[in-house]
Amino acid sequence: MKATEKHFTFAQPPNYLTLESGEKLSPVTLAYETYGELNRQKSNAVFVFHALSGDAHAAGNAPAGWWNSMIGSGKGLDTDKYFVICSNVIGGCRGSTGPSSINPRTGQPYGLDFPIVTIGDMVNAQRCLIDHLGIERLLAVVGGSMGGMQALQWMVSYPERIRSAIPIATTMKHTPQQIAFNEVGRQAIMADQKWKKGNYYGSAKPVKGLAVARMIGHITYMSDCSMASKFGRRFRVDKQPYKFGADFEVEGYLRYRGDNFVKRFDANSYLYITKAIDYFNILNGKRLGEIFKGLKAKVLVIAFRSDWLYPAYQSKEIVQACKLAGVDTTYCEINSTYGHDAFLLEIDEEADLIKHFLNTISNGGV
Amino acid sequence: MQTNKVEHQIIMDWIGMGTTVLDLGCGDGALLVRLIDEKQVRAQGIELNEEAIHRCVARGLNVLQEDIDTGLSEYADKSFDYVVLNQTFQQVKKPDFVLKEAIRVGKKTIIVFPNFAHLSARFHLFFKGKVPVTPSLPYEWYDTPNLHFLSIADFTEYCEKRKIQIENTAFIAKNKKVRLLPNLRGEIGLFLLSQKSQTTSLF
Repeated sequence: MKATEKHFTFAQPPNYLTLESGEKLSPVTLAYETYGELNRQKSNAVFVFHALSGDAHAAGNAPAGWWNSMIGSGKGLDTDKYFVICSNVIGGCRGSTGPSSINPRTGQPYGLDFPIVTIGDMVNAQRCLIDHLGIERLLAVVGGSMGGMQALQWMVSYPERIRSAIPIATTMKHTPQQIAFNEVGRQAIMADQKWKKGNYYGSAKPVKGLAVARMIGHITYMSDCSMASKFGRRFRVDKQPYKFGADFEVEGYLRYRGDNFVKRFDANSYLYITKAIDYFNILNGKRLGEIFKGLKAKVLVIAFRSDWLYPAYQSKEIVQACKLAGVDTTYCEINSTYGHDAFLLEIDEEADLIKHFLNTISNGGV
Repeated sequence: MQTNKVEHQIIMDWIGMGTTVLDLGCGDGALLVRLIDEKQVRAQGIELNEEAIHRCVARGLNVLQEDIDTGLSEYADKSFDYVVLNQTFQQVKKPDFVLKEAIRVGKKTIIVFPNFAHLSARFHLFFKGKVPVTPSLPYEWYDTPNLHFLSIADFTEYCEKRKIQIENTAFIAKNKKVRLLPNLRGEIGLFLLSQKSQTTSLF
């Protein structure tokens, strides 16, 4: 399957994108990829949203897309039938406008001059992209974790532009525990002397801080059970005879993950995106029963049994809100031991649900 | 497995065209699919078993993986035209609570359960001195999803006590309707219930 990264730039001066904070962003670029063919009626488009560290490269090989096992010919999101879109979020560092982009006012990277962005802002930018592609109504919006938050945001911000939504392993609002893990990650970055209040572009990057942040993240994405079966208490083969080296396999794994992450991710983007996640609260003062009122789209909510970062009770809350609003809803809690990572790994069950659900949507003409 | 064609047909006959139906313990969704196809109902299923959920989704149904014993609190009073408990009533932990919730949420409630006082069950108990294993009660005592054993007479008395209106009944044995002596001859009982209008408090 071929996919080429494309770029869509909008809100060119004198135009701008007004953010939820009231600040204005101009210009705005979204890096995006598409897979499959958009049909003549433009009715087969599925927008896939990535999680915290993802990017527009959701499918395809070399390197493998982050949801390659879900998107492709005959897969859960079948590219023989659907036109799948994935874009990098604003605030990101993988081709879309973010803190590492050039600030047109200074000619230098934004750094901390980049405005705070929210999940709502990310979704507003995505809507500009589907306008550009001439798509009036998406067949589905799909995402896990932060991607699920974007799916929920579409249900609230643009209910008339979607025929269905699939929020996976996600929540309607970040809890103190979830905020706390993100805050530790941010503190690790900001405690790195090379961070320099975000003004490190052109010099050494705060790779140590970002790597630690990623390590913390990875712990929360796994489960007690998945770590035990993956690493046990095994020692590394190349264990070094000095103190506090990476003796255990789990230590080696986390270090490897951390070190790899810094090669492709910007520390400031990590700060901005985790903050967007923490600010996320789709209820925003509204009652549970009001939030999805009038939504015509069908909803498929998926949770995973061993996910303790976004536990199933948070998905059930989404289901509750849908029920109160009289929305056609399907909910399944998939049995998995992978923890939060299950939405990327427990593909067979997840793909089965998504495939059949989308079949109903595309045949049903909701 | 026994065929449940006759029960399904009776339920089909009781449910009106274009209505809304909530099926508590919908299994693989066979009944709901028929109701959608033939009665154009708007259907919602609730089921606990993950495999059954997958089969429902494959059939295009809206289904929620939930435990009906925890109640239906998100649903407003009378938010469905019909609530169906097809062979699940005897399997829930708290039948009293579940039925109260079903009757609150549905304008009408349909209950289907195996009759423990059927002749063959009595025969097992009386002559063999053993817990019945019959076509409508096919499980061994050590491996049964049924938690409660009730007869048609028990349930009729229960409805009286709880001031639940019995609007219609049907009884089945050997895949045929039974009219005479249902508590003795009926293997399966079907009840169409509603809340008695004059009662303020049901329980």
